[in-house]
Amino acid sequence: MLTVILILFPLVFLLILLSIRQEKIVRQFALAASLIEFGVAVAAFIQFKTSCHCNLLFTADWLATLGVSLKFGMDGISLLMVMLTTFLIPVIILASFSHAYPKPRAFYGLVLLMEMALVGVFTAFDGLMFYIFWELALIPAYFICAVWGGNDRIRITFKFFLYTFVGSLFMLVALIYLYFRTPLPHSFDLHWLYAATLTPGEQSWIFVAFFLAFAIKIPIFPFHTWQPDTYAAAPATGSMLLAGMMLKMGIYGMIRWMVPVCHNAVQEYAPYVIALAVTGIIYASVIAIRQGDMKRLVAYSSIAHVGLIAAGVFSLTAIAMQGAIIQMISHGINIVGLFMVIDIIEKRTGTRTISELGGIAHKAPRLAIMFMIILLGSIALPLTNGFIGEFLLLLGLFEYSAVFAAIAGLTIIFSAVYMLWMYQRTMYGPPNVITENIPDLTWPEMAAFIPLVVMIFWIGLFPGLFLDVALPDVMQTLNFIR
Amino acid sequence: MNAILILIPLFPLLGFLILGLGFRAIPKKWASVIGPGTVLLSFILSLVVFFNFHDFAASPTRFFFPWLHVGPLDIPFSFLIDPLSILMLLIVTGVGFIIHVYSIGYMKDDPGFNRFFAYMNLFVFSMLLLVLGANYPIMFIGWEGVGLCSYLLIGFWFRNHEYNNAAKKAFIMNRIGDLGFLLGMFLIFNIFNSLSFDHVFAQAKSISFGNPSIVAITLLLFVGAVGKSAQIPLYTWLPDAMAGPTPVSALIHAATMVTAGVYMVARSNILYVLSPATMAIMGMTGLATALFAASIAIFQNDIKKILAYSTISQLGYMFVGLSVGAFTGAMFHLTTHAFFKALLFLCAGSVIHALGGEQDIRSMGGLRKTMPKTFWTFLIATLTIAGIPPLSGFFSKDEVLVKAFEFGHLLWLLLAIGTLMTAFYMFRMLYLVFFRDFRGSDEQKHHLHEAPSVMRIPLVILALLAAFGGLINIPALLGGNEGLSKFLAPVFADSFSIMEHETPVSNGTGWLLMSVTFVGVVAMAVWAYFRYAKGKHGLEPDDTSRSFPVRMVSNKYYIDELYDYLFVKPVLRISRFLHEIVELRFIDRIVNGVGNLVVWTGSTVRFIQTGNVGFYMFIMILGIILILFLNILI
Repeated sequence: MLTVILILFPLVFLLILLSIRQEKIVRQFALAASLIEFGVAVAAFIQFKTSCHCNLLFTADWLATLGVSLKFGMDGISLLMVMLTTFLIPVIILASFSHAYPKPRAFYGLVLLMEMALVGVFTAFDGLMFYIFWELALIPAYFICAVWGGNDRIRITFKFFLYTFVGSLFMLVALIYLYFRTPLPHSFDLHWLYAATLTPGEQSWIFVAFFLAFAIKIPIFPFHTWQPDTYAAAPATGSMLLAGMMLKMGIYGMIRWMVPVCHNAVQEYAPYVIALAVTGIIYASVIAIRQGDMKRLVAYSSIAHVGLIAAGVFSLTAIAMQGAIIQMISHGINIVGLFMVIDIIEKRTGTRTISELGGIAHKAPRLAIMFMIILLGSIALPLTNGFIGEFLLLLGLFEYSAVFAAIAGLTIIFSAVYMLWMYQRTMYGPPNVITENIPDLTWPEMAAFIPLVVMIFWIGLFPGLFLDVALPDVMQTLNFIR
Repeated sequence: MNAILILIPLFPLLGFLILGLGFRAIPKKWASVIGPGTVLLSFILSLVVFFNFHDFAASPTRFFFPWLHVGPLDIPFSFLIDPLSILMLLIVTGVGFIIHVYSIGYMKDDPGFNRFFAYMNLFVFSMLLLVLGANYPIMFIGWEGVGLCSYLLIGFWFRNHEYNNAAKKAFIMNRIGDLGFLLGMFLIFNIFNSLSFDHVFAQAKSISFGNPSIVAITLLLFVGAVGKSAQIPLYTWLPDAMAGPTPVSALIHAATMVTAGVYMVARSNILYVLSPATMAIMGMTGLATALFAASIAIFQNDIKKILAYSTISQLGYMFVGLSVGAFTGAMFHLTTHAFFKALLFLCAGSVIHALGGEQDIRSMGGLRKTMPKTFWTFLIATLTIAGIPPLSGFFSKDEVLVKAFEFGHLLWLLLAIGTLMTAFYMFRMLYLVFFRDFRGSDEQKHHLHEAPSVMRIPLVILALLAAFGGLINIPALLGGNEGLSKFLAPVFADSFSIMEHETPVSNGTGWLLMSVTFVGVVAMAVWAYFRYAKGKHGLEPDDTSRSFPVRMVSNKYYIDELYDYLFVKPVLRISRFLHEIVELRFIDRIVNGVGNLVVWTGSTVRFIQTGNVGFYMFIMILGIILILFLNILI
């Protein structure tokens, strides 16, 4: 039941929100709504941990003749993704407070719609439901970027929309094809789709179709070119939603759908996917070194980070798979934090061009500290969240291939290079005309940072709480391989 | 006992949190109590552990909580208490405390006073995790943690981009080493299915000599050590690291952090003993670094840079010691080096402080008279590092040299030459700083003062330690009891039973070797005296037309320029190429091209939808006919 509540709550709140007259309290309401949603997710987490491993399943017939049902549930992996989503949304809303976005009802309505779609994607146990929510998520993302974005937003978001949409269509085709290969009576039910009988040739085609959809969303090199432009053009909230959660849909999809459904093809093509992902890590890291725009730098660093996650998933080892899951959470937290920092700097100085900044640490030590902590998480310093993820990912990848792990491991050097460079050029050095009067963080801004910082150290110090939740389901997923 | 153990690193962490979170609200007076105070508490607890260390003999591994556990991978947060970690514990907290106290005086007028102590406390915390960790990942937490603190403290005066660049360079070079360490850990886990010291070392005992996996593991870990302990080719960050405040150079870049590589190898001694190839590479690296850095030190004019190259050189000695199986000797030299090098840096700091920031020894001179206490302690430190008996450096260096002689006479000869170079550059510095006449400005001369007592007392304590620290391990040859060797023996026992043993040198040879180096060192001191204290050498400006070899050495063999040319510039060029050509002109164009093709097709096909029913009928009939034809054909 909790699963359905989690999906419906944002919708209910969305409707109430649209009927609120006073624009001033819209964002407070949105924050409260997202906090309630997070509370429900925590309740689900506690229920999952303490009492049952019943997957919090909900089933209702919908298009019974077609074998489509409203089947939602949460295993450990879904649960963690839902936790991440519901945790980040309030933070993102809080971070948006200092912006006076025009048309707040529409804006926060779209954010809540996004939350609903994301929860739907992570909890759908039915193929068609998964697809519907997957596409649903694109709508608020598109409008948030296209309406409230920056320069050249229409062209860029249109490209983003079209690119990811076309990718998704491949997935739809694959799902329908799979449907006709399920045992009679045909069904889109997760477990029926898992049970579909496929020839090796068919598996390859399904693999390619899924891969295109997920690889564009994540994005994996060389399908990534929509991403830096979109992040740069999107409003801060949009970048956070996209990078923090939306790209996790792709990785989640790989674990939930690709690995079990086309397990033979996954095994066969894993080396190529890993090679692509590892190439992307180095490629994006090297490009990040010379980026002058903070947002673009973070965008390229994100491509490198998620490339490592994808490589870990395809190494098909329990350790790397666990690493992928914990790193999805860590990456979400860290990148939202980084975008918050950039947003605050841009709001106060009017620029996010690195060469125009400098010396901010003198005037805004609290901002400098927050930035530093999030940066450390991002470059995977031990005792922060990033280390747990990257350690497990690289260790698992090493089990698969020492050479790939060694090349992918270069990311720990490169990330230090570009991140410290960005930090030094913006925070350190003498203050200039632009930065000499920059005010430090306000308390609402601190309130948005603190949960992130707590999670950075919590996951870094006690990752067990999260790892244990996902382990049985990770093992089950990997059982398809054997 | 576990509670005491966990408190040892927790106190400095607490200090860091208090000073870090309340950073501007806390008055300096409190900060100067909290900063050193937490380290003092850790030192006292370390002494408690030291005096009760027999309690740990039965169960040296102490578990606190599970940290990272995934299927077969189990990394508990636990500490290993054995003589080796206790020795390091005492050095880190003891020397650390002394340097903290000194810093109260040195940083007195700095606006970042509290931040300084917060970072220093964080450093001590990290270093303690490094030495206490009972498995490689916990060690790695400290390993990267000290790298971070080093970064923060080198760039402590962050207004200056030159300092920031030095800080960044240090972090990145350390990270290169850390990648080696990480891959080493992964391979260990692949082979041994564990990362805990006790499991790994117990299994290692039954592995054959020269096993290729062990060679690979030890080499990868050694890459980590090369980065952290500033050996060739990853040493260039350490001289630049002198941009940090001088107490930082003393604690982090001389006494403790840079010795982490030596400690790690000593900790993993059994793996290294099984891998003669790695031992050979380590020995050659150490030897090359020892001589190379010493040669650079001779031509440097910055007081801290001389000491930095000297540190690199001395670390090279320690690695040579490790490579010939002189684990105790290396650890002994690590200990005495911590005393005398910390002392040298603090003396240098006191000189710099008195001269208002001047670091060029050509602008010093004659300070013997104005700063007598600093002079005497500096003199003791110089005699110690040069290896004059009976000061501590003599014993520790001699132990490494004797072992090296057993291993090969050429090795001994090269190390002895290094010792002579060490003596030469040290006495050169001593004479240029403290002898002759003062060469600085009149204003500086007017301001010259002896350091305040909060800085002087630490100097005296360290001078006593440097002078008498050798007593802990006087060789049997001189009728000593070899206390440290006996203390550390259990740690290295398994390795000693595996190692091939060279025939020990006879007493007569031992005496001879000692006398030869001693005479050489004295000769160097005298030569340097006539050259720099009495003669007119040592004041040449940088750009005189010296001979090519000299220019080469005084420009540090152009290694920085070489790295810039070989690595930094190409990476930047590749970055630009990938972004501007591959990304924007190639990949993105293909994507847009596909998109445009679709749009073009759409807009072309659109014209077919004319709304003319007749045309539609025509097309339909055409289609039916086509299908019929196809049916007949197939």
